Amino acid sequence: MKDDLKNKEYDVIVIGGGATGAGTARDCAKRGLKVMLIERLDFTAGATGRNHGLLHSGARYAVTDHESATECISENMILRKIASHCVEETGGLFVTLPEDDLAYQKTFIEACRAAGIEANEIDPKEAIRIEPAVNPDIIGAVKVPDGAVDPFRLTTANVLDARIHGADVLTYHEVVELIQENGRVIGVKVRNSISGEEREIRGSITVNAGGIWSHGIAQQAGITINMFPAKGALLIFGHRVNNMVINRCRKPADADILVPGDTISLIGTTSSRVPYDQVDNMDVTQEEVDILLQQGCQLVPSLSWTRILRAYAGVRPLIADDSDPSGRKISRGIVCLDHAKRDGVEGFITISGGKLMTYRLMAETAADMVCKKLGIDAKCTTAIDPLPGSELTNENPSDKKKHIIDMGTGQIAARERHGSLSSEIKYDSDSDDALVCECEQVSVGEIKYAMDKLHVNNLVNLRRRTRLGMGTCQGGICASRAAAILGSKFGNERAISDLKSFLQERWKGVRPVAWGRPLAEAYFTAWIYEGVCGMEKGNTKDSNITSAQ
Amino acid sequence: MNYQEQNISANNFEECIKCTICTAYCPVMTVNPDYPGPKMAGPDGERYRLKSPEFYDKALKYCLNCKRCEVSCPSNVKIGDIIQSARIKYDKKAPKLRDHMLAETDVMGTLASAFAPIVNPVLSSGIAKAGLNIIGVDKHRTFPKYSAHKFSTYLKKIEKEQREYPKHIAYYHGCYVNYNNPSLGKDLVKVLNAVGYGVLPLSKQKCCGVAKIANKLISRATHDAKINLEAIREAAAQDMTVLATSSTCVFTIRDEYPHLLGLDNSDVRSDIMLATVFLSRKINDGEIKLVFREDYKKRVSYHTPCHMQKLGWAAYSTGLLKMIPGLEFVPLPSQCCGIAGTYGFKKENYEYSQKIGAELFDAIEVAHPDVVATDCETCKWQIEMSAGVKVENPITLIAEALDVEATRKANGLA
Repeated sequence: MKDDLKNKEYDVIVIGGGATGAGTARDCAKRGLKVMLIERLDFTAGATGRNHGLLHSGARYAVTDHESATECISENMILRKIASHCVEETGGLFVTLPEDDLAYQKTFIEACRAAGIEANEIDPKEAIRIEPAVNPDIIGAVKVPDGAVDPFRLTTANVLDARIHGADVLTYHEVVELIQENGRVIGVKVRNSISGEEREIRGSITVNAGGIWSHGIAQQAGITINMFPAKGALLIFGHRVNNMVINRCRKPADADILVPGDTISLIGTTSSRVPYDQVDNMDVTQEEVDILLQQGCQLVPSLSWTRILRAYAGVRPLIADDSDPSGRKISRGIVCLDHAKRDGVEGFITISGGKLMTYRLMAETAADMVCKKLGIDAKCTTAIDPLPGSELTNENPSDKKKHIIDMGTGQIAARERHGSLSSEIKYDSDSDDALVCECEQVSVGEIKYAMDKLHVNNLVNLRRRTRLGMGTCQGGICASRAAAILGSKFGNERAISDLKSFLQERWKGVRPVAWGRPLAEAYFTAWIYEGVCGMEKGNTKDSNITSAQ
Repeated sequence: MNYQEQNISANNFEECIKCTICTAYCPVMTVNPDYPGPKMAGPDGERYRLKSPEFYDKALKYCLNCKRCEVSCPSNVKIGDIIQSARIKYDKKAPKLRDHMLAETDVMGTLASAFAPIVNPVLSSGIAKAGLNIIGVDKHRTFPKYSAHKFSTYLKKIEKEQREYPKHIAYYHGCYVNYNNPSLGKDLVKVLNAVGYGVLPLSKQKCCGVAKIANKLISRATHDAKINLEAIREAAAQDMTVLATSSTCVFTIRDEYPHLLGLDNSDVRSDIMLATVFLSRKINDGEIKLVFREDYKKRVSYHTPCHMQKLGWAAYSTGLLKMIPGLEFVPLPSQCCGIAGTYGFKKENYEYSQKIGAELFDAIEVAHPDVVATDCETCKWQIEMSAGVKVENPITLIAEALDVEATRKANGLA
């Protein structure tokens, strides 16, 4: 691939492998453009992989932000169709607790309806019946079409579709320079973060979809974007506590959404401003854990004794409105900046703001602008065409049943994760069917498939593509097994240092909630790797591929 | 309120720290590669089943319910209960005719005892075996012989004389003593009478239900369990301890009722125990004495049934046996014999059943005892069939070795 790239001239270079970047690459590629997608680390390494995984109905924004609410409900309905293997149609509840103002419920329902969101008041008893985990003291409940969306699968599917439509993709390549000629961005210089090698890539238009890092990327062209990093912390519980999304029916505040996602439940979030130079070091504090637990237990009392797997935090790429440079007026809506108009720099646009839910609309907006600049008239089809993996799901439900009978649990889990693409996973021998990750049912076959097809360079990539190491043991059992399989491709030395940094990364998330069983389990993992495997500190060299994941 | 203060999840499976010790103690895993093992069938699987019932793995039927995983677990995870509960909740396959026949030991027993002289030769005949084989009972298995006289009838007959003893216990004899082996019941009466206890029947008693639970006949098992608990409550109210001679019956009533049938037995759980436990405790407390015949000579090994291991009571039975002066005790490793009640009777399990027990059978051959003692009747059938050695309940051996006159005297009876 390296040599092919050297002299290739792209129509568009997309910087950023989050949902928005991947979506923009997909949209442009589907419109017939020659696309290069560049990500400095791994897909979903930023805010895309660090949020609630909530398929917003828009109800949360209905009262405070009508525009976001209408965008959400419209994208919600689109994602159900085009990304069915990434979406769980769980439904959602907005519940009123005795200490909340029940009058707000009426305002809420009216605002939802005005935004086109189906919001139906139901009897609290009925709410408890359909979602037994909810606080039994609730005095009001409204049903809305919330759901869960897996951001890892969604982004991977967008990347795959971009590739199917001819896009080239580079991960672990950081843009170190925006190459300019006569006031125009004509390409980028990238550095391979594994080998350190640098090279230039030329493209007519460069799209900055770097999330919070857009700030630094634009700076390379002397352009200032007013980003306002807002940190949000979340807790992951060990199993599915609830089967519907549970929200608090009040003005949006801390820790008032509990989302069921795959095998776990997530409570979040907090919100606090952080300085831009800290966005790469997100640690969850004890105060944040306390707030999340305290508020979460009010929604669902059983959270007070449910095991917590880990804590994590992401940074919302909020962007200040250009009309107010002081930054007081921060928009949560989509911001698409044409830097030719704004800053006199041609061939460069920034797409930011928005949210995971509206990634497709953001991508459409950016792709529209790209096409306009290139003078190409091509329609967006991403709202209609299903993503790879979601094509066949609803075609023949009876077939689906028949299949399950002879499938192991690992194969059923893989089908849920990869949708129709799971047919590409080969179970040629008994060992392919063997589970590597027992908590999350990831088989050898699935790992081989991910290594072959899904841009896997290390264990963290593998975790995001499958669910390896996301379960109860947080990699304790499976990390070494998976490292051995990766070692067969990348060599054992790299696999060992990768293993070490993977375990460190897992521990980072466990640390803020390290008490009781998670602490016992972390100790057990440490005993295995330090005691049995001899992986004590200083025994392996950190390599730069994995230290910055 | 201090959140997460206890650090104990009400969802017991969350206590698992994935140490995987249970998989090393699972007797099925080593012989059957289709069985995912206790860790994955139990806590790991439960997490996925909470996500969706479609993750129920039908291979869970290979679980013996031996509970050796629970014994080995350092985190107190009720692994066996989690697996059995999942089978009850998610396995929607209806029990077969064969399962009914094997599980309904009481119905079969009542019918068979009434026609014992006909039933016994028929059941051991080639034709019956071929028929049973067709419906899924393995051809190697022989049903235990049925007695023509039920033990319950005998116990009623002797009730008047038993009431004359100064102290009393109530006897939960279960199906095996009632229909197949009344002489074990009579041995218990002999031993207890000699130390001053009269043996009385419970006001009512039904099959403990262990086989019904294993074969998912849950409503029947629950119905019977309620009757048993009521009868035990009645006996307890009269200050009578309820004794049993089958470790599996006791285990089922004490632990499976609350864990798998959801019946609260906390008020009477400690009122029912195994006869060897009762005798040992009374001897240790100096309340009773056993005197044994001087001419008794036997080489005896003790096999620890899985449920005995779970109850933690094997030392009581072996302790009693070791009190017999003429008894040469040869220990065996605590290992599953492979039968697991009705499990080993099923054609699809026969091979695994024998593989699981193989090491134990070898150990018995090396120990070369005159008789193997054990507290479980299905272990008895399995060992007798597979190791070709006579197996008896410890109570039978104690009755055999007991000097009744001397014991009565030592306990102040005329």
